This record gives sequence, structure tokens and C-alpha cells, in this order.
Amino acid sequence: MTPERESFWHLVHAEWTKFRTVRGWVLAVLLTVVAIPAFTFLATDVSGGCTQSSGGHATACPAPPLGPGDEPVSDAFYFAHQAVTGDGTITAQVTSLTGEVPAVPAGQAADGPGGQPWFKAGIIIKENTSQGSAYAAMMVTGAHGVRMQWDYVNDTPGLAGDVSAATPRWLRLVRDGGTITGYDSADGTHWTPAGTAALPGLTSTVQAGLFAAAPPGGDSTTDTGVFRHVGLSWPATGWTGTNVGGTGPNGVPLPGSLRQSGGTITVTGSGDISPAVGNTGSVDSLQRALTGTFFGLIPLIVVAAMSITAEYRRGLIRVSLTAAPRRGRLLAAKVVVIGAVGFAAGLVAATLALAVGTPLLRRISIPLWPASLPTEARMVAGTGTLLAVAAVLALAIGIIVRRSAPAIAAVIVVIFVPYLLALGPLQGANGQAPLWPLQITPAAALSVQQAIPEFYQVIVVYRPNAGFYPLAPWAGLAVECAWAAAALALAYYLLRRRDA
Amino acid sequence: MSVAPGQALHAEWTKFRTVAGPAWLLAGVIALTVAAGAAADCAAQCSSAACGLDPAKVSFTGVYLGQAVVAVAGVLAVGNEYSTGMVTLSLTAMPGRLTWLFAKAAVLTGPVLIASALAAAGSALAGRLILPGHGFTSAHGYASLTAAADYRAAFGPALYLTLIALLSLGVAAAVRDSAAAIGLVLGAAYLFPLAAAVISNVPVSRHLQQIGPLPAGLDAQTTIGLQNLPLTPWQGLGVVALWAAGALLVGALALKFRDV
Repeated sequence: MTPERESFWHLVHAEWTKFRTVRGWVLAVLLTVVAIPAFTFLATDVSGGCTQSSGGHATACPAPPLGPGDEPVSDAFYFAHQAVTGDGTITAQVTSLTGEVPAVPAGQAADGPGGQPWFKAGIIIKENTSQGSAYAAMMVTGAHGVRMQWDYVNDTPGLAGDVSAATPRWLRLVRDGGTITGYDSADGTHWTPAGTAALPGLTSTVQAGLFAAAPPGGDSTTDTGVFRHVGLSWPATGWTGTNVGGTGPNGVPLPGSLRQSGGTITVTGSGDISPAVGNTGSVDSLQRALTGTFFGLIPLIVVAAMSITAEYRRGLIRVSLTAAPRRGRLLAAKVVVIGAVGFAAGLVAATLALAVGTPLLRRISIPLWPASLPTEARMVAGTGTLLAVAAVLALAIGIIVRRSAPAIAAVIVVIFVPYLLALGPLQGANGQAPLWPLQITPAAALSVQQAIPEFYQVIVVYRPNAGFYPLAPWAGLAVECAWAAAALALAYYLLRRRDA
Repeated sequence: MSVAPGQALHAEWTKFRTVAGPAWLLAGVIALTVAAGAAADCAAQCSSAACGLDPAKVSFTGVYLGQAVVAVAGVLAVGNEYSTGMVTLSLTAMPGRLTWLFAKAAVLTGPVLIASALAAAGSALAGRLILPGHGFTSAHGYASLTAAADYRAAFGPALYLTLIALLSLGVAAAVRDSAAAIGLVLGAAYLFPLAAAVISNVPVSRHLQQIGPLPAGLDAQTTIGLQNLPLTPWQGLGVVALWAAGALLVGALALKFRDV
């Protein structure tokens, strides 16, 4: 045998020839490529109503307002404000934050301990009183100390600890053109910067004032902030109270209130100023366009396992090993071929699915969380990698068990069942099931398709079927890679040790 | 030469019991179902009367895994004959092809039913032992697991697993290839509930839960919230039975009208 014939790439070429000349396998890979974008049509169909349902009947969800970054937001709170023009400073001391949570009806689950940890009240500078306008705010919260938040998605901590009459919190916002800096203080003399918000394009005249919002509580809870020593560097024109976002037909969200007595201003409000995420039916994830991945995985797993089990079944493995006596190299060549096939299939399928799904998702009434180009690139490349690694896992398990049916069943089970368990039988009344199946199994790799961020400052149930996964995108993929690597190591060991 | 059904059964039974594979697979069904169920029992936590968890559903979580093993057993019952070429010999000895298929189905049904019943009983026992320690107490509205609904819920997974084995056997007879057959069976099992979970269109999602074998079969092992189920428990088992019957019919027709 000449050295040329022994070269690794020659072996890869031989394996590729074996693969592409089996018509059924090529058809199965084509099925993978077609199934993923085809399912996008069904996954993006919400003509039966949005995910909100009451009494088994779907109800139309109102479209949420869009924030400065085109992201869907919740923007409903009580705002005591006055118009101010140009640069300046607003300062206030908060002495109390209390919540009013309605009693939970008997037999119903509470939303957690009163839903209080992210109750918020503080000072805010907001472009205007319409929903979705730019803002920056300093606030005290129920259980997370002082925070600075701006433009719905940004949050940074300030002073820790709860607010009370004995431990009041001083808050300050300083506007300098399109930049607003937040400060906090425990005594009103020593100030610490909490964060700086860049609000490009902020109008010269804005609304500055005090606010209160009481998430989550489904608009039926309120909270009350008590302010003293409220000072504005701008000329004071008197406070106006506004329910930003209005109040609903049945008084939901509950109307807020503004009370002034002496130097004390009391503001009561409900709702929230936050990104609209979670299972509220108010926002969709681009990941929905890729849910066909599950359909595409099955034919690919079948083919990947068969690419080796068929050799065992027909005794071809003995010919292969005679031609390529170094078994590790044969394994590597097979991994390269099946991995490349899976990666290419995933790349093409995910590109098609996003191309088909993006306009479909834009068309429906539920707004789409905006995905940046790098996010879309990560989703496409990640789907390719997910499929490639799943195919390699199937190949490795095929070598280990040498039979197609058990190998295919094993791979399908470790990818599909964890996902179903994260939705299924352990799901409690609030819809939250344990998420560890999606952290330790190959199904964790689905997180690479996540297109919508989780916000720790918004308490909702982040479910996988709404596009939220417990691991970071690449971490999830790494878990799948670890499984494939472990299976490959065992396959290599057995391939070398066993008589073929 | 014709073969009496009894002889066909005897021949198939001899094939079944003299190879190690089926016994190991059926042991795997029991072990995996009970172990996964016990793990789910340990993971479940009911902290209030409104926790909304169904103790039967939690106990029988292992069915999600056990059905994959039972499907492998069903697929291999026929697939092995094709992959080894044994099928030509079998059908030469037994020219009545449907006799051969139904003898296989009958021989598979008995042991699978026993294994499934043991798996269900083991899961129920694990649930009874573990769940009361995880908040499933009478204080939270859970009576002891002896109501009529609980017995029905235990029948559910036993019959479901058996029907999945028959479905797999029918599919394998139709496609003649173990790999393709297991892909089809597990696709049918897992893709319906997955699609139902990710689809926003509520009516379509509900229909997928009604026609999919896994969600329909899971309805049969539910004891609370029955009025919200897409199907009643027995209807659910009926849907699974229709799937199995349909697959066997397709397999029988394919076998009858084509060359081996």
C-alpha cells in the first residue's frame, strides 16, 4: 500500500463515498434539511389565538408597546411628574416601600411570597408619558436593595438592604444631555454613583418625577412609596399624577394615586416597567422558527447510527478494518464525514428556517423579540453544531452497541425525553417543572437556539417551550459535546479492544 | 403444507425464548421504568394543597423511557428476521404470512404485558413509598393510592407499553428495517407531545395531543384534572390501540402483497 493510499484524507474520501452512494441515507439527510424549515410554518401559526388562555378558550393578547430598542416591554406604572427642560438634577429620600397584595383565593396557588421582591418605587426621568419611551430610574425594591434601571432591559445594583424609616435611601438622577447618571446615598451627603445610562436622542424636554410599580401580581397588586425631601434643580411647576398605560375597563391595572402632605409625597401604583418576557403570551422568540430541529434530528440520528451498524450487520466492517487497519483513524474518518454531513444539513436547514420564519413571525400579532445578527448567526451555526454532535453521538453509540435499533433509541431518548420531562409530568400548578434535565443531558444543546434573554429582574416562569433554556447557549452545546466525547472515547476503546 | 396456528405459536415462542435479547430488553423495560419513576418521585415536591401535581403521573414518569425499550423489543421481533435473512426461512416453513406475523405478535404480547404490568406495579409501589414523604399527603388532598382512578392509572401504562410494542412490530413489518422502524416509532411517540408544547395555535395543539400516541396514552395514567384532558383516559388508550391496530394492518398488508 502506498503512503498516499494510507493518508487520512483518502480514508475520509472513502467513507464519504460509502455514505453518499446509499440512496436512502442521502434521502434521510435531505429529509432533515426539509423537515426543519417545513415545521416552521406550523410553529409560527398562532391563528388559534395567542398562548394566553382563560377557561380553555384562547383569548386575543393585547400587543405590548415597544421600547427604544424595538423590544416588547411592559410599561404601566403610576407617575407623579412634571415637565423639565435641559440638564438638571432630581433628588428624593425614600422612607418606606410597602405592598398591598390581594388575598389569594382558597385553592389557588400564590405567585410566590406575595410577589414582592421586585416591588419598586423611586425617581425617574422619562422622555414622555407614552408607553415605551426612553427612561432612566433610581429605585428602592422589595428585596433587592437600591437599583438603577433604564430603557427597560438594563439593571444595575446600588445600595443593598431594605428601605425603612430607620434606614432611608436617598436617590438622585443627574441629566447631562443624553446621559443620565444615578446616585444613591444612605445619609443625603455622601453620594455613590450607581450607574450611567446613555439615552441617545433624548428630547430636551422630559418628564421627571416619582413612580411606583408592583410586579408581578397580574396588575392586581399595588405598592406604595413614601418620599421626602424631593428636590428638583429645574423650576418647579407642580406635580401631575398619570397612570402610564392607562387603566383597564375593570380597573385593571389598578389606578394609582398621588398624595401630598407637608414635605411628604406618597405614590401608589401597580404594573411594571420592564421587558415583556416569559410565558405571558406577549412576546415571541425567533427560536420558534427552529422548533423543527426535533423533526430533523430523527432521520439524521437514524442515518448516523446506520452508517456504522450497517457495516457490522453486513460484515463490511471487516473489509473496512482490513483496508484501514489503524482503527482510530477509521473512527476519525467516520466522525469527520458524519459530523460534516450533520453540520452542513443543520446549517442549510437553520438558514432556511430563519429565512422562512422571520417574516412569518413578524406577520403575527405577537411581537418578536429582536434578535441581532450575531444572535442569528449563533443560532444557525449552533443548530449545525447541535446536529453534527448528535450525529457523532449516534455514530459512537452505534459502535458501542453494534445494533441499529438500540443505538437509535438511546440517542433519541437522551435528546427528546429530557425536553419532555422539563415540560411534562413534574410540572406544578404555576407551569414550572424542574429544569435539570436540560442541564445535564445532550438536550442542553438546544440552548444554543435561544433568541430571547432571561431577565432576573422579571419574575415569570421561563419555560423551554417559550424559548428559555437553563444554560447559556455555548454552555449547553458544551454539555452535548461532553456526551459525544465520552461516547466516542468508549467507542474507540471498544473498537480497539474487540474483535470486529 | 399448512401450519396450524398452534404450531406457528410454538415455533415463534421457541425463537423468542432461545435468544437472550428479548429477555434483556424486557428486564430493561422494568428496570428503566421503575428507576426513572422513582427518580421522578424523589424530584417531585408538593408544598401546598394547590401544587397541581398528579401523583400517578409522577409515579409513571418512567413510561417516557420504558416505551423506548419496549419499542426496540417490538421492532427487533420482526427486524431481526429481516436483518439476518431468517425471514425467508421462516416464510418458507410457514407460507401463511399473516399466520407468521400474528403468531409473532401473540408471542410478543404475553411477555411484554407481564413486563409492563411489573413495571407499572413497581412504579406504583415506588410512588406509594416515596411520594408521601414529598408532600403528597392527605393534608394536601391526596388520599392513599387505592381509589378506582389509581387502579385505572396503573392499568394505563401496562396496556400502553404493550400497545407500543405491537405498534413497533407492525411498523417493522411494514418497513423491513429495524433502524427506519425505530426512528418512525419513536418519532410518532415523542414528536406529537413536543409539537403540541411548542405550537401556539391552541386548537391545533389540542388536536396533536388527542391523536399522538404518547399524550393519549398519558391521559390514561392521570388521576387529577380529568375534566381538562383532551381525551378521557379510556379514549386515550383507545387512540393508542388504534395506532397499534393501524400499524399491524399496514404491516400485514405489506407482508401479504409484496415479495419478502
